Amino acid sequence: MSQDTRQDNNGIVVKVVGLKKTYFLDHVAVPAIKEVNLEIPKGSFVSITGASGSGKTTFMNILGCLDKPTEGEYFLQGTDVSSFTPDRLAEIRNERIGFIFQNFNLLARTSAMENIELPLVYSGTSRHERVKKALELLEMMGLKGFEKHFPQQLSGGQQQRVAIARALVNSPSIILADEPTGNLDTKTSYEIMHVLKKLNEEMGVTIILVTHEHDIAAYAQRIITFRDGLIVSDTVNHEK
Amino acid sequence: MNLPEAMKVSTRALYKNKMRSVLTGLGVIIGIAAVVALVSIGQGVSRKIESQISALGSNLLMILPGSTSMGGVHGGFGSVNTLMPSDAAAIANQIPDALYVSPGVRWVGQTVYQNQNWATSIMGVGSSFPMIRDWPITEGNFFDKEDVDAAANVCAIGQVVKEQLFGGIDPIGKIIKIKNLPFRVVAVMAAKGTAGFGQDQDDMILAPYTTIQKKLLGIDYLSFIFVKAISSSSVNAAQQEIESLLRQRHNIKTGSDNDFTIRNVTDMLAAVMNITGLLTIFLGSIASISLIVGGIGIMNIMLVSVTERTREIGIRMAVGAKRRDILLQFLLEAVTLSTIGGIIGIILGSILSITAGSFIKIPISINVFPVLIAFFFSFAVGVFFGLYPATKASKLNPIEALRYE
Repeated sequence: MSQDTRQDNNGIVVKVVGLKKTYFLDHVAVPAIKEVNLEIPKGSFVSITGASGSGKTTFMNILGCLDKPTEGEYFLQGTDVSSFTPDRLAEIRNERIGFIFQNFNLLARTSAMENIELPLVYSGTSRHERVKKALELLEMMGLKGFEKHFPQQLSGGQQQRVAIARALVNSPSIILADEPTGNLDTKTSYEIMHVLKKLNEEMGVTIILVTHEHDIAAYAQRIITFRDGLIVSDTVNHEK
Repeated sequence: MNLPEAMKVSTRALYKNKMRSVLTGLGVIIGIAAVVALVSIGQGVSRKIESQISALGSNLLMILPGSTSMGGVHGGFGSVNTLMPSDAAAIANQIPDALYVSPGVRWVGQTVYQNQNWATSIMGVGSSFPMIRDWPITEGNFFDKEDVDAAANVCAIGQVVKEQLFGGIDPIGKIIKIKNLPFRVVAVMAAKGTAGFGQDQDDMILAPYTTIQKKLLGIDYLSFIFVKAISSSSVNAAQQEIESLLRQRHNIKTGSDNDFTIRNVTDMLAAVMNITGLLTIFLGSIASISLIVGGIGIMNIMLVSVTERTREIGIRMAVGAKRRDILLQFLLEAVTLSTIGGIIGIILGSILSITAGSFIKIPISINVFPVLIAFFFSFAVGVFFGLYPATKASKLNPIEALRYE
């Protein structure tokens, strides 16, 4: 996939129409998402909250192109990806989505630099270009001097910064952060949220944050709440 | 992801688990080393036997008295005395395909020169014996037809006999005694080495068969007749002609067994090569069992590795690795393990076979062909046994893989 297939689509980066996801457990249909319609404009900072079992993780997986909806369409920057093959989805993930996970999900015994470079390896970027971009982002995340460090030699906050740099390295359409502060102490949590907020405000990066913590959700401009597979509230965060 | 990148990822993964990689590779190393060593030794033995049989002489037919099965009684060669000098003369006169014919008698005895003595094998042969056996003479002249007809007391000696009896002295013209009978040394044979069936051909004295028969043993029969055919294409024709001639001369009725045996060196060579070839294949097959065991070892470890690295696979998939990227990564790990193991195995097997060859005095040469086959096999083992674990890895669900603890 190349950049030119992306359409601006009136500034809407994520558009979900009549999306349903049903799991089958022993031939019994278990609806995880009953029906969701949603539009997220470019440059938004959106929080998705809800109790466990509300469907927010399933929704997150679909937004992240890790899973496919049972019904409905999902337009990511104008491309309907809901019927893509696993390999096409891998391409979409590689080019348009940056992931940040609760447990960082960095490759063990692999240096910070190489972890950041990883998406570029799969997009076929030259080594020279990879190193240049990774160094830039490492510096931006305030991790200059930690190039050769392995994840296990870094603190939780530092690891999550490496993960953020990795998420940004392919200049994605959206950043999906799944409980990014779940494994961090309060102070570090706020630091990480501050980094994300700055990315959104200063660089216009679209961020979709999944969390069940209200104070973390409160960093977003818009808060969407899931319950029983449905969106039960979608409010603008007036604190911002 | 391109191939060099995938190679880098795979080799690094192997390097991170050094001990495990070495132990897994050991299976292939041993397998390939065993194949290379056994096949090389097998080929060395084949070549050695081939050269020994060829050393008997080209286009050679050996006629021996007795038969492998005579009237239901199995007698050894030479257990009957049916070959006569007249048989040899008849072959020489009546068979046009027979270029040279030499009658022969065999005896083993003590030889004496002054205060030196040496037990050796004494062969009574015709004057054409050196031509029949393609055996050059280094000193002097071999005895001629007149010496044979006159039953002259002359002899030619092999290199070992020369060394034992004469040391550094020139033996030509010297008199040696065999069973108190004096023989004048007229020729020294070139070194021929151990040939045929274990006997050292250089440890031998050659004398006119007439002299040995009449003066030494007092017999009239022969131990063997050597015949050299005109060309390799006439060997079989000569064999048939000799057989019918001897049957006629020995009054053997149709349907009865021969009282002689004709050995064709070309046939013997073919039969022996057939056996040694089978032996080599057999040894190679047994050795390849260990190669298969090595391959199963790779598969086993790759399956463990895939399970252990489920999370890593999930991460790679999340950031954009396609199924074939994951497949390639794990397949390359297996193939790298097996081919590096294969290369080490080839080197080890070569060293092993050359060392073993020098102990059992068999010339070992490592041929390109078996080495290439071994290399290809180690590669194939990696692909074959790596494919299943790699496919398993590539088919993981990224969501579940990311959540794997």
